Amino acid sequence: MSNMTQSVNVTVETAKELGLLPEEFEKIKEILGRTPNFTELSIFSVMWSEHCSYKNSILWLKKLPKKGPHMLVEAGEENAGLVDIGDGLACAFKIESHNHPSALEPYQGAATGVGGINRDIFTMGARPVAQLNSLRFGDINNDRTKWLLKGVVKGIGDYGNAFGVPVLGGEVFFDECYNTNPLVNAMSVGIVKVGEQISATSKGKGNPVYIVGSATGKDGIAGAAFASKDITEDSMDDLPAVQVGDPFQEKLLLEATMELAKTDAVVGMQDMGAAGITCSTSEMSAAGQHGMVIDLSKVPTRQEDMKDWEILLSESQERMLVVVEKGKEQIVEDIFNKWDLNVAKIGYVTDDGLLKYYMNGELVAELEADPLVLGGGAPVYEREYREPAYFAESKKFDINSVEEPKDLKEVAKFLLSHPNIASKNWVIRQYDTMVGTVNMSTNNPTDAGIVNLKGLNKALALTVDCNARYVYADPEKGTSIAVAEAARNIVCSGGKPSAITNCLNFGNPYNPEVYWQFVGAIKGMKAACEKFETPVTGGNVSFYNQSDKNGNVEAVFPTPTIGMIGIVEDKKHITGTAFKQEGDLIFLLGESVNDINCSEYLYSYHDVKLSPAPHFDLDKEYLLQNTVKALIENDLIHSAHDCADGGLFVTLFESAKPNGLGFEIASDDSVRKDAFLFGEAQSRVVVSVPQEKQEQFIELLSASDIDFTMLGAVGGKDLIIDGENFGSIDELSDIYDNALKSYIEGKKFEK
Amino acid sequence: MKFGVVTFPGSNCDQDMIYVLETIMGQEVVNLWHKDHDLQGADFIVLPGGFSYGDYLRSGAIARFSPIMEEVVNHAKKGGYVLGICNGFQILCEAGLTPGVLLHNNNQQFICENVYLKPETTNSLITRNLDTNKALKIPIAHGEGRYFNTEDAIKELNDNDQVLFRYSTPNAEISEDVNPNGSIENIAGVCNKERNVFGMMPHPERAADEELGNTDGRLLFESILDLVS
Repeated sequence: MSNMTQSVNVTVETAKELGLLPEEFEKIKEILGRTPNFTELSIFSVMWSEHCSYKNSILWLKKLPKKGPHMLVEAGEENAGLVDIGDGLACAFKIESHNHPSALEPYQGAATGVGGINRDIFTMGARPVAQLNSLRFGDINNDRTKWLLKGVVKGIGDYGNAFGVPVLGGEVFFDECYNTNPLVNAMSVGIVKVGEQISATSKGKGNPVYIVGSATGKDGIAGAAFASKDITEDSMDDLPAVQVGDPFQEKLLLEATMELAKTDAVVGMQDMGAAGITCSTSEMSAAGQHGMVIDLSKVPTRQEDMKDWEILLSESQERMLVVVEKGKEQIVEDIFNKWDLNVAKIGYVTDDGLLKYYMNGELVAELEADPLVLGGGAPVYEREYREPAYFAESKKFDINSVEEPKDLKEVAKFLLSHPNIASKNWVIRQYDTMVGTVNMSTNNPTDAGIVNLKGLNKALALTVDCNARYVYADPEKGTSIAVAEAARNIVCSGGKPSAITNCLNFGNPYNPEVYWQFVGAIKGMKAACEKFETPVTGGNVSFYNQSDKNGNVEAVFPTPTIGMIGIVEDKKHITGTAFKQEGDLIFLLGESVNDINCSEYLYSYHDVKLSPAPHFDLDKEYLLQNTVKALIENDLIHSAHDCADGGLFVTLFESAKPNGLGFEIASDDSVRKDAFLFGEAQSRVVVSVPQEKQEQFIELLSASDIDFTMLGAVGGKDLIIDGENFGSIDELSDIYDNALKSYIEGKKFEK
Repeated sequence: MKFGVVTFPGSNCDQDMIYVLETIMGQEVVNLWHKDHDLQGADFIVLPGGFSYGDYLRSGAIARFSPIMEEVVNHAKKGGYVLGICNGFQILCEAGLTPGVLLHNNNQQFICENVYLKPETTNSLITRNLDTNKALKIPIAHGEGRYFNTEDAIKELNDNDQVLFRYSTPNAEISEDVNPNGSIENIAGVCNKERNVFGMMPHPERAADEELGNTDGRLLFESILDLVS
């Protein structure tokens, strides 16, 4: 082989500079039977990076349940999981992180995160119908936090709004553990007719290979390797590793791909995300057990004189690799020409399992596809883990050490003004939530976002959830809670949970205490997913969300974001969170517990940063959800809203607000009133019941094993608890609606 | 009436509009392609929302040079009906078919939310069946929707009864508090002097399907078709 990039003398030092371990370099030499040239080493370095290979997580990920009655494609088989939703339709969905780029360049980092996840969906032939996102930032009082928040929200908005897919849900959470490392997780959900989905595979000797979409530039080179490192003060030097997005190209690529999916010209297709041409050519070839010959000089480029390894590793956005059935080239070229997109034949499929990359007639790299990929020859590590000292320490917390405040009204107002609880409208109104005319939650707020399936009596229910503070306190229980809360949101909205995708945001896996959090999270997720029969269809692992500041390593809270989809079988079951009618009775389903563990109240009002995860019982949760489902199916309730962050008070306020209907309730004197109002014990739902259905309602509940309490009734314009007026809806809404905006505009958030 | 909905590269409300006209209103609709010179016999042309050509230069600035727009301009000049919504309104203004310009929202952010509109006149095809004392709840979704024109031109618009909608309270009162984007005199939609070309920033097609819980926007389509609701 000629040596064009091979002027670099490849040694173990070169390998280390590219982020490979010395033992990985040895393994590469063993696989090739020789020393790799620089281009080949670069290929290995990105394919074996954490981001592409899952080398430190795959052993545990394999323990998660993958099979379910509705699964058409299991985790890892394609770009995203595929669930049968009936009526000849399937739902493709996935969540992915773009944390590291967003920490450096929030606007482009978040925008390309949205672009990447949507491509994962439409490359399968599925048209995206909804997006969700889960965002975490540091202390709202920090200027950097505000800069990151503004940039990320604008990035998501500008990209998603132009692309034209509505945002149906999400979460925004602030904690100082995310000061340096924000988390930006984006989810996309698409619909495809069963049988029309496109595979990420390559086969058929002689079939041509095309690159379509944007031209290739020098942006995002080795981004995958960058995402597999801690963030340091030198990270700004990595700025060229952040990609630049163009939603207009993405929209054209979507429409062209949808036309392509209707033809029979495609053998396989994969989007170019991490590691660009390298990743798509090797993964598709390995999946189809074939090889490819690729001429890199045929790739349309944005800059002159790009090096072969730059073209191979570029993460320029809005590109796809398409393997076309020989003889049907014209069909493909016509479609992309119609949409004014690049369409360039850059190679062909071979049957020898070898990837051969040429540049200007010279062979610049030659290697087998299989050793590069996950499930093939990519390394797999078993990491050690160790319970951190804080875990035992947290168990020592005793509620009696916290004095109950005299003025609970003041606590209530504080919580409504807390950035984690206050309205996120400042964020949400920057996203187009209504394009596509499918959002059924706009005029009827629901716990999960509801997507209309036009022409059918069905709808999709979608949610993302994770309270990372609970996960930090107890990774296993906290992650079970995240899955349970997602399922609860779907059930309260009238749906049945189907499947989940996960985005696992953690610190450095080589730190045994971080890895202990990871292992706990997987165990908790497994237990809950088995209980709710919601298999894990795929997702993404993001390690290294930690920063090194003068030798102090700070990791984020372990944040395993759960994205869940569910099916509403009958649209008349869609149930909102808002009180609907004066006089309706308000019931709390689930147990009132003397528990303030990990609540926003305890953490922010009392400044107690370490306590165990809140009360949670998986079996009772399951029963509760089945009961809510039965209440909805029997048309016995007017609203359902789950108790989450901020506790029962916040839940009641959120039910009162949309229709301006207040309430009068009595507390339960078997528990402390602060715990009753602000505790975050799980497995609780507030429902409103029309008076004429009270008897049937009580009958149904009495037959279940669920605790339930009548709290009071809907009515008036005030929030009255035990005869005490906590404020009018207008007064409290003013606090709740304007708090976040005021902090962003400079007001200090304080108690 | 036969409707023609134009798809520019980057249009993203074209299918929503076709769904409403065809499936909900039961009308004949043809989808027109930006590279074509043929309106396929459509009587009423709709320029839908989106980000035509990426809106990279200025919203609507490139779309007006597309082949189909030559035909749309001719159609309008002959008195044919044209409705531009959101990006479609921006294109109409760029093409000079409706008066005024649309600037960045005064908070410099994209805004998507339900707003209320007071119909200002019943002297137009799209408002003829509306009640000028009753506000309609219709969503907006734009970054560049701040209607602007010179003082003289605004006077002329008012004198000629060309303002179709203003942002209002739920009780149809006009106030600066409910002006979402800083539009001059709360203007949300206008027509040309000849009253056959209509432009508006809010999206009536997003408020036309019962399943989404708001059908105020449907009243505009019913007005076009002169249906009594």
